[in-house]
Amino acid sequence: MDLITPEFGLVFWTLITFLVLLFILRKFAWKPILGAVSDREEGIKDALASAEKARKEMENLQADNERILQEARAEREAMLKDAREIREQTIAKAETEAQEKASKIIEKAQAAIESEKKVAMAELKSHVAGLSVDIAEKVVRDELSNKDKQLKLVEDMLGEATLN
Amino acid sequence: MLVNSFNVCTFAPNLKQGIFKPIRMRISTFKNIILSALFLTVFNIGFASETKDGGDDEKFDPKEMILHHVKDAYGMHIATLNQGEENELHITIPLPVIVYTDKGLTTFSSSAFHHDYHGHEIVERNGQRFVNVHEKVYVLDKGANEVAFDAEGHPTNAHRPKFDLSITRNVFMMWVSIAVLFLIFLTAARRYKKSDDNVPSGVASFVEPLVVFVRDEIAKPMIGEHKYKRYMPYLLTIFFFIWINNIFGLIPILNGANLSGNIAFTFTLAAITFIITTFSGNKNYWKHIFWMPGVPVPMKIFLMPIEIIGMFVKPISLMIRLFANITAGHVIILALMSLIFVFKTVAIAPVSVAFSLFITVIEVIVTAIQAYIFTILSALYFGMATEEEHH
Repeated sequence: MDLITPEFGLVFWTLITFLVLLFILRKFAWKPILGAVSDREEGIKDALASAEKARKEMENLQADNERILQEARAEREAMLKDAREIREQTIAKAETEAQEKASKIIEKAQAAIESEKKVAMAELKSHVAGLSVDIAEKVVRDELSNKDKQLKLVEDMLGEATLN
Repeated sequence: MLVNSFNVCTFAPNLKQGIFKPIRMRISTFKNIILSALFLTVFNIGFASETKDGGDDEKFDPKEMILHHVKDAYGMHIATLNQGEENELHITIPLPVIVYTDKGLTTFSSSAFHHDYHGHEIVERNGQRFVNVHEKVYVLDKGANEVAFDAEGHPTNAHRPKFDLSITRNVFMMWVSIAVLFLIFLTAARRYKKSDDNVPSGVASFVEPLVVFVRDEIAKPMIGEHKYKRYMPYLLTIFFFIWINNIFGLIPILNGANLSGNIAFTFTLAAITFIITTFSGNKNYWKHIFWMPGVPVPMKIFLMPIEIIGMFVKPISLMIRLFANITAGHVIILALMSLIFVFKTVAIAPVSVAFSLFITVIEVIVTAIQAYIFTILSALYFGMATEEEHH
């Protein structure tokens, strides 16, 4: 029975000792230790979160890079296409212009030829006319000795001239 | 009571005086080994009792010896040299006896009893006569010059003082244990303060897993994420306080300081757990005790007394569990060692030593398990007291 009867003295000292132990350890041991542990755990959690964030940012960055590259490529394609078109257009324009100019030159040349021809024809006509007059003078001078012959000659000559 | 106990130091003279004479010559080498092992083991579990005359005609009473060792004592007895001889020397740490009687407070050293606990040595202080009967101080009644015992060995002409606040060996060991706890945990805490990054080093790296274990395996699952913080200091303190005192009970030179196997110690801790549980009980907790929700009214009335009894049974179970487990461990080891002296032959020693070694190893595990159980159940009760109503 003695064994299972709590002794007052030991209860008393246990209570006092335990309360002192609890008080001192709570203030000087558990608080700093638990604080340090939870601080560190928070730190680890934060570090992991920021690493995750950095990873995501990296991914975004990579996606952006990819996109920008794609765009650049597309732009280059477009630019090349434009350049090609412009070149073709330029060539086509130059061709048409050249053709126009050529045809104008040809027209002018034709017109010049025409006018030259007219002038030449006129000169020829006048030359022919002078020659004809000379001939006619000589013929007339020859023919005018005979009146009938004269008349007949004039008539023939004129008729021929008109026919020409 | 015609009983005397013995201790390790009586063992050698006994041997010389012929208990083992017939086999001594034959097995002298074997004997030496066994005796050294025996000596160590017996010493291990802390035989602290002593005998006045050390004669070999005394009858050995294992019950008396075991009870003497698992109970408290006024002095811290370490060893006895030259037992039974002229120059007998007791190595003892004397501790103060503090008693409060009708005549006020009386204090004297436990060495005044001269290692007697059979009520022979009478100490006169402050006009009163004190005797030590089985490590309990009695005050002799007026006119009595000698303690008289009844059939059960209780003094008939002496009474216990009103309050006995002596620094017994359990109190002494308790103070040693808290000194060790301070040393460990304050050093650990300083380690954290010194480091910039809160990385544990030195003793802190040993302490931290245990602290985190109490937090993550005991407090958080039992009490809950939100409320556990309030109870952490208490849970950590009882866990380490019980554990270290369990361990001290197994350390050889500390002479069987059986503090955590003392009902007064477990009673106090269980009472503190009970008080904390009761004061942190919320509306939901009291409703579950007095008017159980979710059951019919007759059932509510039926359950009320059961729940009220349960309120008290919980801490009582805590008290008994720790006390019984630790005391039982000591009793088993002591009983196994007693076999040698009951059979009076050294031949049983290998069995005793082997079994008590086995039990001691189990006890080492039990020290931690019992501290864990006490703490986790305390946490469970706090968790029940603070649980919110389920919807």
